Amino acid sequence: MLKYDVVVIGGGPAGLAAAIEAKNDGVDNILVIERDKELGGILQQCIHNGFGLHVFKEELTGPEYAERFIEELKSMNIEYKINTMVLSLTEDKTVHAINPKDGYMTIQARAVILAMGCRERTAGAINIPGTRPSGVFTAGTAQRYINMDGYMVGKRVVILGSGDIGLIMARRLTLEGAKVLAVVELMPFSGGLTRNIVQCLDDYNIPLYLNHTVINVKGNHRLEGVTIAKVDDKKRPIPGTEIDYDCDTLLLSIGLIPENELTAGAGAEIDLRTSGPVVNESMETTVEGVFACGNVVHVHDLVDFVTEESKRAGRSVAKYIKNQLSNNRTGFETKGLEGVSYIVPQKVNIDNVDKNLELFLRVSKVYNHVKLVIKADQETVKEIKKRHLAPGEMEHIILAKALLEDKNFKNLTVEVKEED
Amino acid sequence: MDKQELTCISCPIGCHLEVTNTEQGYVIRGNQCKRGETYAISELTSPTRVLTSTIGVKGGFLNRLPVRTNSPIPKDKLFAVMEIINTVIVNAPIKAGDIILKNLLGTGVDLIASRSISE
Ligand SMILES: Cc1cc2nc3c(=O)[nH]c(=O)nc-3n(C[C@H](O)[C@H](O)[C@H](O)COP(=O)(O)OP(=O)(O)OC[C@H]3O[C@@H](n4cnc5c(N)ncnc54)[C@H](O)[C@@H]3O)c2cc1C
Ligand code: SF4
Repeated sequence: MLKYDVVVIGGGPAGLAAAIEAKNDGVDNILVIERDKELGGILQQCIHNGFGLHVFKEELTGPEYAERFIEELKSMNIEYKINTMVLSLTEDKTVHAINPKDGYMTIQARAVILAMGCRERTAGAINIPGTRPSGVFTAGTAQRYINMDGYMVGKRVVILGSGDIGLIMARRLTLEGAKVLAVVELMPFSGGLTRNIVQCLDDYNIPLYLNHTVINVKGNHRLEGVTIAKVDDKKRPIPGTEIDYDCDTLLLSIGLIPENELTAGAGAEIDLRTSGPVVNESMETTVEGVFACGNVVHVHDLVDFVTEESKRAGRSVAKYIKNQLSNNRTGFETKGLEGVSYIVPQKVNIDNVDKNLELFLRVSKVYNHVKLVIKADQETVKEIKKRHLAPGEMEHIILAKALLEDKNFKNLTVEVKEED
Repeated sequence: MDKQELTCISCPIGCHLEVTNTEQGYVIRGNQCKRGETYAISELTSPTRVLTSTIGVKGGFLNRLPVRTNSPIPKDKLFAVMEIINTVIVNAPIKAGDIILKNLLGTGVDLIASRSISE
């Protein structure tokens, strides 16, 4: 059986940053396992710019951002295996993996970092009436076809869902000569970043239909058209609002879900709000010695935040290996109240926080001119004014340790309140 | 005084900018960093964008090479530059940052490789 101090599952930006940081902090015996034919994760197909402004202070494309971490990992002689799929993980941190070269492997780790990222919701995850012709793709699959395989998916396109991948693909297809007829969003707001609405849709006069959905798909072999309609506040199509489009391609950009079969298999508690594992301030799951970071924990829109969170996981793993992590499990829990759909981390042991406690959260709808109120049980510890909050834009809150230390409380709550 | 709202697209934070055109020039509010100001002024005078795409690559580990302009180019030249890009095929190996095309349409901006591809 192979033995490592730390096994990192997933070689995307989360896994790379965590491995590099753990090595920097003195862990020598690390293995990164990646199922794809190269390291870098989803970034390799995200050829647009907009990555790394906060980490590198310059604007890079996804592959450029990935390459910097891959080079660093290689120069530090951190071991990695590509084309290798992790099949299962047990609570005692045994990793079962397989690849064409080594065959079936069992690897015993002292600590594990889960960094498997997320996957896209597919047509099966929602109910689209009509036929199932070819020409219906998830936006990420189309992105991979076009950017990595050089294969154009279609000429006349409708996009369902206004997540970032869908918006980015609307621009990409337009630049490659396709006609993007419409982006259709069920919700009253877009799930993507505002900057992407501006530079991917507005720039090319692509219409965005909010409160609309696809109600019919036509075509036998290849897609021939779709019908969209406006929905009422119960999300039911309103008769008389139908618009027909002749199109050969329908892209689905209807959300991402953290990829957590391995996590659940190891017995870690899953948070139903994030669909990722419950983690503490050190990014440790409810299984001791099993840590998690990046999109496997909650879907991030900015890779810089993935890197930040993953470095924290890497530092914590190093402390864990050196027995420096306090495993006192009585701390406080974080809870999202009015307007807050989730908070990560869910549990906090303040002894393990260096200077600041960092919280990531999302709000449940669009707000203007409000404040985020943070309370330790009943006592307000901080208020942050916000001109604009949207579900598509993750909020990052930094709380000084001093604000929370030496207090006895059970719940740290965050809520959205009108500004007074 | 005339007031306009813009979204800064210089980074994914996407600050909501309020631009007022005063006699002393543009006054910008809502930006979290200097780049927001630069963006607002350029957007209202001569809008530019960084262009990213892919080109063909032969003899490499992959058959598409991601590329980008090394600075923003005028928005109205995006499609013309795409036409030029789509005729280019290069040979591996390629290093990230290698110049693929110089001085695109006289803009002074180069097209560069945005990843390395080994043979
Ligand atoms: C289309 C798209 C566009 C984006 N645009 C931007 C942007 O403009 N700016 C920005 O800052 N951020 C952007 N992001 C976000 C950013 O890219 C992601 O948040 C980031 O890549 C997440 O990193 P990760 O390492 O958690 O996951 P991933 O990059 O998904 O990496 C996970 C890795 O784990 C591997 N893996 C999974 N399961 C297994 C297994 N069982 N065994 C072995 N390996 C496994 C996968 O193959 C993958 O390589 C975008 C994301 C997407 C999807
Ligand atoms: S003003 Fe600065 S921080 Fe805000 S979106 Fe623009 S570049 Fe980003």
